[in-house]
Amino acid sequence: MSVLVYTENWDGKFKKLSFELVSYASAIAEMLNTTVTAVTIGETDDTVLNELGRYGAEKAINIIGDSLKILDNQAYAQILSDIAVKEGSKVIILANNNSGKALAPRISVRLKAGIGSGVSKLPLNLNPFTVYKRTYSGNAFAHLVIKSDIRILTLAQNSFDVAEKPKNIVLEKVQSGIDGSLVRTAIRETQKQSGQVILTDADIVVSGGRGMKSPENWPPLVELAGLLGAATACSRPVSDEGWRPHEEHTGQTGKIIAPNLYIAVGISGATQHLAGVSSSKYIVAINTDKDAPIFEAAQYGIVGDAMKVLPKLVEAVRSIKGR
Amino acid sequence: MKILVCISNVPDTTTKIRFAEGNKAIDTTGIQWVINPWDELSLTRALELRDDPSNGIKSVTVAHVGKADSEPTIRKALAIGADDAVRVNAGSSDAYFVALQLAEVIRKEQFDIIMCGIESSDFNGSAVGGMIAESLGTGSVSAVSGLTISNNQPVMTREIDGGREVVAMTTPLVAIVQKGIAKEPRIAAMRGIMMARSKQIRVYEPVPVEPLTEVQVFEKPAPRAACRFIDPDNPAQLIDLLQNEAKVI
Ligand SMILES: Cc1cc2nc3c(=O)[nH]c(=O)nc-3n(C[C@H](O)[C@H](O)[C@H](O)COP(=O)(O)OP(=O)(O)OC[C@H]3O[C@@H](n4cnc5c(N)ncnc54)[C@H](O)[C@@H]3O)c2cc1C
Ligand SMILES: Nc1ncnc2c1ncn2[C@@H]1O[C@H](COP(=O)(O)O)[C@@H](O)[C@H]1O
Repeated sequence: MSVLVYTENWDGKFKKLSFELVSYASAIAEMLNTTVTAVTIGETDDTVLNELGRYGAEKAINIIGDSLKILDNQAYAQILSDIAVKEGSKVIILANNNSGKALAPRISVRLKAGIGSGVSKLPLNLNPFTVYKRTYSGNAFAHLVIKSDIRILTLAQNSFDVAEKPKNIVLEKVQSGIDGSLVRTAIRETQKQSGQVILTDADIVVSGGRGMKSPENWPPLVELAGLLGAATACSRPVSDEGWRPHEEHTGQTGKIIAPNLYIAVGISGATQHLAGVSSSKYIVAINTDKDAPIFEAAQYGIVGDAMKVLPKLVEAVRSIKGR
Repeated sequence: MKILVCISNVPDTTTKIRFAEGNKAIDTTGIQWVINPWDELSLTRALELRDDPSNGIKSVTVAHVGKADSEPTIRKALAIGADDAVRVNAGSSDAYFVALQLAEVIRKEQFDIIMCGIESSDFNGSAVGGMIAESLGTGSVSAVSGLTISNNQPVMTREIDGGREVVAMTTPLVAIVQKGIAKEPRIAAMRGIMMARSKQIRVYEPVPVEPLTEVQVFEKPAPRAACRFIDPDNPAQLIDLLQNEAKVI
C-alpha cells in the first residue's frame, strides 16, 4: 500500500523538484508507516533512477515504450492509475506543475480519488485525511478533507525541503502495455528555450515592472540576474507593452512561481501580481513610493530609484562573487 | 463544430477575502462576482474562432454549475457573444461534483471542443477540465496558450517546462487554457447586452454525485514580518543581509 510519487523526467534527468516530491512522499509514508514507490515515464538510466533512493524511495518503476515520448494526458493517466492499483497505493503525489495539473484530475476520475491541489504542508490530519491547500490565489488557505479511500496530492513548488533519507532502492523497467492508438496527442512542432534559467525552476528571480520606465532600462536588471544565477520576470503591463517576452509575465494570469528570493523592481504589488509570487520565501522590493503595497509583502525594501539602485546592487554582487 | 466554454463564477480578483460561518465559507457581502479570468479569455478565443466562417464553428455555448444567483455572470457571457448557455442548478461543492455534472451536459448536447480554464481563481483546483475529459473518455490538452482550427482539426500550442509544443488532436477534446489563449477579454457592447436578454439559458437539475472533498475551514496566510528598509545609498547592505541573514544568495 505504498505512497506513489510521479517523478517526471526531462530527457532522462531529474530536477530538484523531483527530489522535493520524493522527500515529501517519504515524510507521508513515514506518517502512514509505509514505503515510497516512484514512477517515471520514458527511458531513464539506472544511475539516475538510483538517485531517488537517496531521498527515501524504496522502489522506482521506469515505464518505457515508443508511444510515450510525448506527454499524452490520457495514456499517462492510465499508466499511473494502473500502477497505483497494482501497488495498492492510497496516496498518490504529483507536482503542481503543468504535467501534474494535466494528469492528477484524470487519475482522480479513474480511481475515484479526491485531489488536494497545490498543497504546501504535510497532511494536517490522517483521519479524516486533511490537507493544507492554497485557495483564492494565495489570499487564503483551506483545510481540505479528502473523503475518498485514495487521495491525490499535488505539491506546490518549493514548499517542502529536500531531505536525504537513503534507502536501498529496487529498480523495475516495465514496457508499457499502452496501445499506441490510444495516444491521440500528435506533435507538430517543439520550441525549446535554451541557455537561460527557466523561470519556474529558478531559485532566484529578478523581476521588473512599469517603474522600469522603458525596455532600454533593463540591462542592469538582466546583469544582476546573470550574476545571481537568477531568472528574469516581469509584471503584466510590461509584457503587454512588449517590453519583455510573455514567458516572463508572473502573477495570477501569468506564471505562478515560488523561488527562494524574488526581487521586485518598480512593481507596485497589485493583488493580481502578488498572487503569482507570494509563496516566494523572501521578497525584496525596490520602489520609489514608500507606500507601495509591495512593501507589505516584502521582507527587505529599498525606497529609491531603480536606475540608481540597480547599478549599485550589481557592483555589490560583483564584489561578493569576486567578479 | 460546436464549442462549449465552461465558466466559473468568482469574486473579482481585487476582493479582500473575508470568511463567515466560523471560517467555513467566504463572506459574500459586497463581493462583485465575475467570470473567472481564464474563462473570460477562453470565451473570447472561442468567439474569435466562431466569427471567422472558415473555421466552421457553428455555435459557442457556455456552461456553468451554480445556483440561480450566478445567472448575472452567465448573462454577461451571453452579452459578450456566446450563442446560448446551460446552467446545472446546484451549488458547486467540489471539482469532482462539478466536472461530472458538466460531463453529463456534454453527453446530452454533444460538443466538439470543450474549453476550461487552467484554474478557478477562488478554489485554485486546476481539476475540472481534466476530470471532464476522463469521465467522457476523450483526449485533453493542458496549458494551452493557443488554439486554431486547421483543416477542420484543432491545433493547440501548449506550454511545457522551458518551451512549448504545437499539438493536434481529433475531436471531441478538452482544451485546458491559460495565458496567451486570447490577448484581451472581449467586452460586452450595448447591442450584446440587449441581445443577451432574449438568449436561452437551459437549466438542468444535477445528477447524483458524491463529492470527494470538503473544505473544513479556511484561514488567512500568516502575516509576513514587517519590511526591513535599507538605505538606498548603501545597497551593499541588502546583499549582505541576503547572503548572511536570509542565506538565499
Ligand atoms: C483580471 C486581472 C488579472 C491580472 N493579472 C496580473 C498578473 O498576472 N500579473 C501582474 O503583474 N498584473 C496583473 N494584473 C494587473 C495588476 O492589477 C496591475 O495593474 C499590475 O500588476 C501593475 O504592474 P506594475 O506594478 O508593473 O505597474 P504599476 O502599478 O504602474 O507600478 C509601477 C511601480 O513602479 C514604481 N516606480 C516608478 N518609478 C520608479 C523608479 N524610477 N524606480 C523604482 N520604482 C519606480 C511606482 O512607485 C509603482 O509602485 C491583472 C489585472 C486584472 C484586472
Ligand atoms: N462551477 C463551475 N461551472 C462551470 N465550469 C467550472 C466551474 N468550476 C470550474 N469550472 C471550469 O473549470 C476550470 C478550472 O477550475 P478549477 O478546477 O476549480 O480550478 C475553470 O476555469 C472553469 O472553466
